[in-house]
Amino acid sequence: MSRYFVKRILLAIFTILIICAITFFTMHAVPGGPFNSEKALDPATVEALNARYGLNEPVYIQFINWMKGILQGDFGVSLKNGREITKIIGESFPISAKLGLMAMAIALSLGTVFGSIAALMRNKLPDRIIVFFSTLFTAVPSFVLATLLLLVFCIKLQWIPVWNANNPNYILPVIALAAYPMAYTTRLAKTSMLDALGQDYIRTARAKGVSRLKVIFKHALRNSLIPVITYAGPQIAYIITGSMVVETIFTVGGIGSKFITAINDRDYTMIMATTVFLATLMVIANLICDLLYKAVDPRIKFD
Amino acid sequence: MSNKENNLPKKSILSAQIDLSKFTLATAEEKAQQDVMSESTTFFKDGMRRLFKNPLAVLSIILLSVIIITIIVAPMIVPYGYEEMLSIDGKRDKGAKNLAPFEYSQAEQEYIENGGERFPHILGTDEQCRDYFIRVIYGTRVSLVVGLFASIIVLIIGLIYGSISGYLGGKVDLIMMRIVDIIYALPDMLIIILLSVVLNEVLVFPSGTILAELGTNMISIFIVFGLLYWVSMARLIRGQILSIKENEYILAARSIGAKPGRIIKKHIIPNCLSVIIISVALQIPSAIFTESYLSFIGLGVKAPMPSLGSLANAARGGIMTYPYKLVFPAIMICLIVLSLNLLGDGLRDAFDPKLKR
Repeated sequence: MSRYFVKRILLAIFTILIICAITFFTMHAVPGGPFNSEKALDPATVEALNARYGLNEPVYIQFINWMKGILQGDFGVSLKNGREITKIIGESFPISAKLGLMAMAIALSLGTVFGSIAALMRNKLPDRIIVFFSTLFTAVPSFVLATLLLLVFCIKLQWIPVWNANNPNYILPVIALAAYPMAYTTRLAKTSMLDALGQDYIRTARAKGVSRLKVIFKHALRNSLIPVITYAGPQIAYIITGSMVVETIFTVGGIGSKFITAINDRDYTMIMATTVFLATLMVIANLICDLLYKAVDPRIKFD
Repeated sequence: MSNKENNLPKKSILSAQIDLSKFTLATAEEKAQQDVMSESTTFFKDGMRRLFKNPLAVLSIILLSVIIITIIVAPMIVPYGYEEMLSIDGKRDKGAKNLAPFEYSQAEQEYIENGGERFPHILGTDEQCRDYFIRVIYGTRVSLVVGLFASIIVLIIGLIYGSISGYLGGKVDLIMMRIVDIIYALPDMLIIILLSVVLNEVLVFPSGTILAELGTNMISIFIVFGLLYWVSMARLIRGQILSIKENEYILAARSIGAKPGRIIKKHIIPNCLSVIIISVALQIPSAIFTESYLSFIGLGVKAPMPSLGSLANAARGGIMTYPYKLVFPAIMICLIVLSLNLLGDGLRDAFDPKLKR
């Protein structure tokens, strides 16, 4: 078991390294340097600047220097506004993390509840309604939902104030972000609950005279949660990418909207830093989910 | 007596020999009655029969056909182009900005009163005086084409890679699958965004060629799909081939002397096919999702060409006054993705009953 853990962790580290390399070298392929501005600088100045920032070195040395910086928590400065990127991430990430965690908690908990209800009341009205909405919401992209929510609740009905930094209102962004994963979790929870309910040990427990509620909560639900946990990893990835557009639409100053701004501004250092940061986050989240999954379900073989 | 008619020698009194005189030949009609076997069915026919019994799948097929016919026929009927700014008699109609659905601009109103014919703007116009209906139609075209081609690219690469890995097995398989594992572990969306940013800058095609016509953004979408999304397809196909290879019926076929060609044609391909059809059907909506997402954040298809995602993004600017401009492309994306999802589910139930949930 510990061998598997070590192997999995090593793979994760290797993946992060690859991501860093891809990020660095693809960004390096973009023509033009940081000092190519509209005003032609005199060659000596460019030379001095290049020497100052180590841009004369061979590419691999630059890569190593960049990696060293990252390991020390230094992502360099933004090309657009010259601010330290580590600071920008430090300011914006907590907002995104709060948003993402809320969305995830809602998606997982409500998804499991709805899925279980649908499975327990199979082919009855609640099941039909839940299936209808979960199918519908898996077809609505987060940016469409976010814009529609903004339009209806902030602008037309004015029930919920538009986001501002002093008085943040998380309700709409969280709904927009949680809808798709929730719908997906619901479908997943329903199938796995149905699967669990059909097992022999459920019948045995019922035959022994265990109460219905106890059977559901103690025997069926616990077993049906395993596939839901497996989905948590991809869900984090979805929430991180989804939060980019949702934050942009609701003008939330999180790391996602900073990333989109950086893309539109072609702010390469910022793009590199955010990509590496978010990718590392996803890889670590996936790692934790994987290890958790194996720890929760003893039937899984370690290979 | 009976012996005589039969011309058979009588063996013994207790013989169970049949007295043929008691029997008559069956007529053709009676023979036909014996054939109660149902018409032989192929794998494809059988799946289709099951598919058409599923009301949701049929509904989504109808919906998709309506959408496809519309996007083919509409540009022939509507006399406007997707990048054409409206004009009357060669003069640009500057008043035709942001018209509501079925509204005419002042110049058009006068033109009609003077006896001219003017095709109505079914969904109004956008801020650059372009007919919005035709833009939504072209956007749907672009999104569907991107989804379809991206899925085909994914299928081809995944099929080749997966089947090589599955057939050869051993060390080759191990190395090929490690590569897949690593690509699979990469956060795809981030890498896609990154590659799109870079490819948009790096790729330059000589003007006039088909590639230039498509635009670098579209090409870069195909490249990133080809680079990243094939891994799950390759895994799936490899797994299928590995498990099918080990089946008893393959062994049985081989033991009665079937040649490898026949085994592949008759056993491996039909058993793989269902999984391939289903995953391609489910890949298309996910590709459309990704494309609209990229277009929405400004990395999708090139400017004058619309896509549903970029239309939705453009509509955000005037959302207070012209909310319908968001609603139409949004509904279109949802309808397409929904019906493709339902069709994919229907195909899965029809072609692979083992997977039925």
